[in-house]
Amino acid sequence: MSMINALFRRELQSYFATPVAYVFIVIFLMLMGTFTFYLGGFYERGQADLRAFFNFHPWLYLFLVPAIAMRLWAEERKTGTVELLMTLPVTPLQAVLGKYLAAWAFAGIALLLTFPIWITVNYLGDPDNGTILAAYIGSFLMAGGFLAIGSCVSAFTRNQVIAFVISVVVCFGFLLSGFPLVLDMFSGWAPQVVVDGIASLSFLTHFADISRGVIDLRDLTYFALVIGTFLYANTIVLRWKQAD
Amino acid sequence: MLETKGLTKRYGRHKVVDDLSFRCGPGEVLGFLGPNGAGKSTTMKMVTGFVAPSSGSASICGHDIQTDTLAAQRRIGYLPEGAPLYAEMTPQQFLEFVADVRGLSGAGRRSRLDEVVALLHLEPVLNQSIDTLSKGFKRRVGLAQAILHDPDVLILDEPTDGLDPNQKHEVRQLIRSMSEEKLIVISTHILEEVDAVCTRAIIIADGRILVDDTPDNLAKQDGGDLDAVFRRVTQGNGHKDPEGTS
Repeated sequence: MSMINALFRRELQSYFATPVAYVFIVIFLMLMGTFTFYLGGFYERGQADLRAFFNFHPWLYLFLVPAIAMRLWAEERKTGTVELLMTLPVTPLQAVLGKYLAAWAFAGIALLLTFPIWITVNYLGDPDNGTILAAYIGSFLMAGGFLAIGSCVSAFTRNQVIAFVISVVVCFGFLLSGFPLVLDMFSGWAPQVVVDGIASLSFLTHFADISRGVIDLRDLTYFALVIGTFLYANTIVLRWKQAD
Repeated sequence: MLETKGLTKRYGRHKVVDDLSFRCGPGEVLGFLGPNGAGKSTTMKMVTGFVAPSSGSASICGHDIQTDTLAAQRRIGYLPEGAPLYAEMTPQQFLEFVADVRGLSGAGRRSRLDEVVALLHLEPVLNQSIDTLSKGFKRRVGLAQAILHDPDVLILDEPTDGLDPNQKHEVRQLIRSMSEEKLIVISTHILEEVDAVCTRAIIIADGRILVDDTPDNLAKQDGGDLDAVFRRVTQGNGHKDPEGTS
């Protein structure tokens, strides 16, 4: 645990040691605001809730979360520090978890900084704060899912641009796996069970469930499984790439 | 202390390291010599647990690097080739991170950090980001990281590469001063270095051990000219080098 903690602190520190963290947070908040008020029609809806705000989270995450995740392993590989890290007495799982949790915490910080929107809606009306809290939790979990995918993809390459592009594509697949765009690729030949299975992988449907204010065990399990699976794959990729 | 048995690394059909077996113990400074691409770095990567061997094994103080990785890695201090470092950190932050991972704590941690910083003269750059440091300072931060936990086995891949003559001299003195109670393995292609610090030299080319002897014995051949010995053994009497260059 103390090992993961040391890795976690180093990683989080490195986000804030460069302008990356600040640029990311400013852009994230600006886009969130723009989407909510212009595209989402926050005022025009005339409702005291944050649907206009949360509806855009999956789409913003699609591009912004891979941007956080792309550097996790690709940069270590590029600069050679992965050799330093993996010859310290650290297991691959500890290394993956330490770095992943730091990236997730960073995403959490950016998400928390959207609090003015919560203040705004409470000032203007009388929203259901329980639903808002649930949606925040759902949003955080979804960011965690995207990050796990991005971290795993990042371990494949030393090129951050490649890591970013591939992560976006994989995340896009997960986001839309409940929609015809993805399902049509399988429905022609795969058995119905497989198609249903793929459909149930959609980030959008699980996030929509939670953001309605219902924290269902199935949705929590879903995100835990996605994160667990991709981080486990991450350790395997790491070991496999190292053997080369 | 350090033992390899039939250590081999294949990339496709090409053997980078071919059936390497040797053992060495404390008090030895083992110089790993060879032309570029001879397999020096790959051997070090396998011995430190970064790269898995295709076959064969390596053990550190009795701990197999493949099956008992963490125990072996705790005994090793390692400076990888090119001394990679987290560029956005300061030496202070970086060394504190390594101290945490190495499990140093309390007053011992504080005093050991101070000791190592003094030993490698890092005081003037301690709070400057590693990015902005000169090559010599970067190399010294890498060395500081490697010796921080006072390891039994020190593995240094080209420790003096890119240093100026004064810095080289200091690093060699540091290596000599630590050599009594430790086993130190350095790789280099600078022959004077072998003469200056090593008690034993292994010359490898194409992944195979060609010579395993003391520098003194080596120097007795070819009229005391280490360069000539090196050329002769790595190029097979110089047949591959008709112009007599390199």
